[in-house]
Amino acid sequence: MRQTLLIFNKEFKDYFASPIAYIVIAIFLAFAGWLFFSTFFLYDQAEMRRFFDMLPFLFALLVPIITMRLFAEELNTGSYELLLTLPVTLRDIIFGKFLAAVAFVAAILLPTLFYALSISWIGDLDWGVTIGGFMGALLLGAAYAAIGLFTSALTRNQIIACIAAIVICVALAMLDQMLFFFPPPALDVLTHLSANAHFKNIAKGIVDSRDLLYFFSIAFLGLYATHLAMEDR
Amino acid sequence: MIHVEGLTKYYGDICAVDHIDLDIHKGEIVGLLGPNGAGKTTTLRMLTGYFTPSAGRIQVKDSDMNEDPLSIKQSIGYLPESAPLYQSMLVYDYLDHVARIRGLRGDERFQRLQALTDLCGLREIMHKPIATLSKGLKQRVGLAHAMMSDPEILVLDEPTSGLDPNQIVEIREIIRRIGTEKTVILSTHILSEAEATCDRIVIINKGRIIVDGTTRELTTGRQRAGRIQLALQGAEADAARRLLETVTGVQSAEIEAGPDGAILQATVTCRPGTDVRADLYGAIKATDWVLLEMIRETQTLETLFGELTRES
Repeated sequence: MRQTLLIFNKEFKDYFASPIAYIVIAIFLAFAGWLFFSTFFLYDQAEMRRFFDMLPFLFALLVPIITMRLFAEELNTGSYELLLTLPVTLRDIIFGKFLAAVAFVAAILLPTLFYALSISWIGDLDWGVTIGGFMGALLLGAAYAAIGLFTSALTRNQIIACIAAIVICVALAMLDQMLFFFPPPALDVLTHLSANAHFKNIAKGIVDSRDLLYFFSIAFLGLYATHLAMEDR
Repeated sequence: MIHVEGLTKYYGDICAVDHIDLDIHKGEIVGLLGPNGAGKTTTLRMLTGYFTPSAGRIQVKDSDMNEDPLSIKQSIGYLPESAPLYQSMLVYDYLDHVARIRGLRGDERFQRLQALTDLCGLREIMHKPIATLSKGLKQRVGLAHAMMSDPEILVLDEPTSGLDPNQIVEIREIIRRIGTEKTVILSTHILSEAEATCDRIVIINKGRIIVDGTTRELTTGRQRAGRIQLALQGAEADAARRLLETVTGVQSAEIEAGPDGAILQATVTCRPGTDVRADLYGAIKATDWVLLEMIRETQTLETLFGELTRES
């Protein structure tokens, strides 16, 4: 536990030691802010639902950028050898890195709480729904981070890790909009596999255990696959 | 202290390490010697728990690597080849991070960092990013990393590769100083380095141990054919060969014209266990040739290998 925290600490600080963190945060806030507020006043509703609605897609592009270096960089420079010969277990390493990525997703979301505050000044915002939405967004980020961690464990090349994770995350995000490609019997299953379909409920303010289970399963599968991939090295 | 039994590692179909048995006792400085690709690094990586062996057992003190890798990792300090440290961190931050993972707390951590700073000479670079350090400095930070928990066993993979002669001397000096109280295992492909620092030398080739003995046994106990190189001025090739081959103890002589023609380069091979230098000098003194150079070839790893593999 102590080792997990130490690795988390190091990885989280590392994000802010390089410019990537600030670039990712700036891009996210610029895009999300513009997409959200450009139509916000047209709808004339004091809610953040439209902001949350675009997160599955936006995160699918951003989270892989956050996670791509976690293992790929260490494998490339060889520092993984030093890390693994310290008294830490593979589980400590994976959890530490995963938590650092999730904490960074939280750091990205933090400034958008300000959107909620501004909306509550000018209208009647339902805080329960909004907080639920933020929690869901964090879960979504965690699920994507586990996928990104897995692809990062597969290769020494950060770019490949990033693109592979983007492909998987975008596929999960868009699955429910691409259903017309698939034969009708598969539709039901595929809808349930789509991150967007599950996140829509959360964005609406409905916290259903099935949706939570979905994101927890994705995160668990990602971490487990990472463990298998790293154990093999 | 360390007991290795039937250690084997396959990469796919290639056998990198083939049934190595090794016992290392407390306080020894052991040099793992071999050409590139002999399996030195793979062996060390298995000893330190980075690689899982395909077969075989590793025991350190009373712990088995399969059952309790953490306690073994706690008692081993490891410096991989070329010290792959986190490039973006400052030296201090990095060593502090390692100290915390090693479980040092509060005052103890601070004192250990101080001691290592002095031992490895890091005071001036403590607040520089690791990426900006020269290779020798990185190697010293790597040593500090390896010695952080004051481990009983220190494993160093080619600790002097890529360093300049001054840095090599410095690192060897540090290793000898540590070696007075710790068990040190280091790998190298330079024979003279092993001779200079180790008590015991283990030579590996193609994943197998060919020789395991003390440095003294290896360097003096065996009788080898020696080679002596001469540079002669004013001599004629055939006459020189005839003369040199008459000297007792000389097996054969090869003559080559030097770059400017006037100077002959002669290579004399002598029988094992003889020292023919005095006789060679006497024979040349009797002529009117001028002896410009006489060099006894130091035993290189390649020649030692040649002999050892022929013997077996």
